[in-house]
Amino acid sequence: MADMKTKTGTTVIKNTKIADGVFDMTLRYPEGKAPSEVKPGQFVGVFMNDASKLLPRPISICGWDPEKRDLRLVYRVAGKGTKELSEASSGDAFEVLGILGNGYDIRVLAGKRVLLAGGGIGAPPLLGLANALAGAPVPAQVTAALGYRTADLFLKDEFEKTSRTVIATDDGTYGFHGNVIDAVRNELVREGELPFDVICACGPLPMLRAVKALAKEFSVPAYLSLEERMACGVGACLGCVVKTAGEDPHSHVHNARICTEGPVFKAEDVEI
Amino acid sequence: MKNDTGRRPDLSVVIAGVEFKNPVMTGSGTFGSGMEYAEFVDLNRLGAVVTKGVSNVPWPGNPTPRVAEVYGGMLNAIGLQNPGVDVFIERDLAFLEDYDTKVIVNVCGKSIRDYLDVVEKLADLKRVDMLEINVSCPNVKEGAIAFGVNADSLFEITQKIKRVAAQPVIMKLTPNVTSISEMAKAAEAGGADAISLINTLTGMKIDVERQSFVLANKTGGLSGPAIHPVAVRMVYEAAHAVGIPVIGMGGIASWEDAVEMMLAGATAVAVGAMNFADPRITEKVIDGMEDYLVRHGIDSIRSIIGAVK
Repeated sequence: MADMKTKTGTTVIKNTKIADGVFDMTLRYPEGKAPSEVKPGQFVGVFMNDASKLLPRPISICGWDPEKRDLRLVYRVAGKGTKELSEASSGDAFEVLGILGNGYDIRVLAGKRVLLAGGGIGAPPLLGLANALAGAPVPAQVTAALGYRTADLFLKDEFEKTSRTVIATDDGTYGFHGNVIDAVRNELVREGELPFDVICACGPLPMLRAVKALAKEFSVPAYLSLEERMACGVGACLGCVVKTAGEDPHSHVHNARICTEGPVFKAEDVEI
Repeated sequence: MKNDTGRRPDLSVVIAGVEFKNPVMTGSGTFGSGMEYAEFVDLNRLGAVVTKGVSNVPWPGNPTPRVAEVYGGMLNAIGLQNPGVDVFIERDLAFLEDYDTKVIVNVCGKSIRDYLDVVEKLADLKRVDMLEINVSCPNVKEGAIAFGVNADSLFEITQKIKRVAAQPVIMKLTPNVTSISEMAKAAEAGGADAISLINTLTGMKIDVERQSFVLANKTGGLSGPAIHPVAVRMVYEAAHAVGIPVIGMGGIASWEDAVEMMLAGATAVAVGAMNFADPRITEKVIDGMEDYLVRHGIDSIRSIIGAVK
């Protein structure tokens, strides 16, 4: 049952600190238990081994290697669960739920001029997207605008392999002095005519609000990858909703489930 | 699995004339309508699917954040978001047609009239085996819990629902009361066919770094293993207070917890928050209960109900 969602035991292959509080983890699926399809923008629920921590941690997927059955998660330590995760060593085991949610549709984005806007720990899923777009039958022209607090950057070199990469830092210690929204605006006005067909953004909520406003101002379609505190991760508990412009398909009350209808939404479909 | 006499132990239980193949149900609100977990669990194995609370019209629920993890449990303040009874009947009940499990529909409302509207609409539906009346949700401002914390109100709403209900009625009780026995007796006096307990305990979590409430609703319902001993105590007290069957729930995380609840007096059990921690938990609980009966040479699970006095 390849399409069945399952809780699967995985093994830590590596778990390396790549910036202050940011870790790069590879989890290997056992043979025959690997997910059949993984799209950029999707996520998994990672269960902690400490049973007092009940709920799966929703973590976006940074990369997927189907040959090795390796899932790459780049995450920030945000609480007790991710702290436990950060202390894992290779050989340790973690149960994983998923692949969960709806990711980006590469067919829609292939061949387009795509602006990726990543704020902080919003960058990792966009790296997966950049790599998928570079490998598409008709590659996209990708610009990545990435915002960090300081020069303590992560994943920059990997973005540069496939994409024109613009870095903004809040404190000006690297690249453009300003936030990622300033960098995105600069990109949008860079040439006489609009240089992008679509924006894909992931980052903190205020940033996504600003991207949504810019997308409207410049009449360019945008996709936003949202996050929220989740419990089940599979659409049952209705914990992780976002207000939507239209009726949501589950409850018909303009509250879509980020874990199920999302986490990637069209900007105009969500009221954030 | 077989016991000494060579027969599989009998896991079936009966509540208000409805026979369940085993005593393991899902806690309302933790399992959607079964649809959301059908890819993880064989719904045919469950004693019953207890569906997410449904109201007469769609309810949008509370602002986010709606959930937070705490030590050994979680808080939720979903606020009973649901699509309303019409969509529920067309979509969710229709989905459950294909499964061989009992269906208990959890009903919520802000006024007695709201509850009666839903109960009346469900009256003709053969797929609905029982109703569970939610008078215990701590996360909605009006109705719901208001009916469950006062014995007179609970008696009144139970009586009014019983007058129009076609299916047997379970009143789902809140633990946020001084005397669970008094509330159990009020439900029984109002004509309830069974009671279920416990719903969540009202809790709160503060983010010390941000110095703010974690939940947008400030308070939320505590569930998960952390509340299990409270639930066992209350099931025990309620079972000794009334003659109607008690469905026990609250932090069941294993077959041991389920057996414990039945020894305390529950006729059936529901697994709630632990579905999030392990989507296959219900099947594991059923398997473990069967194994327990075999090891103890017990023919029927019914003989352990309330066995610890």
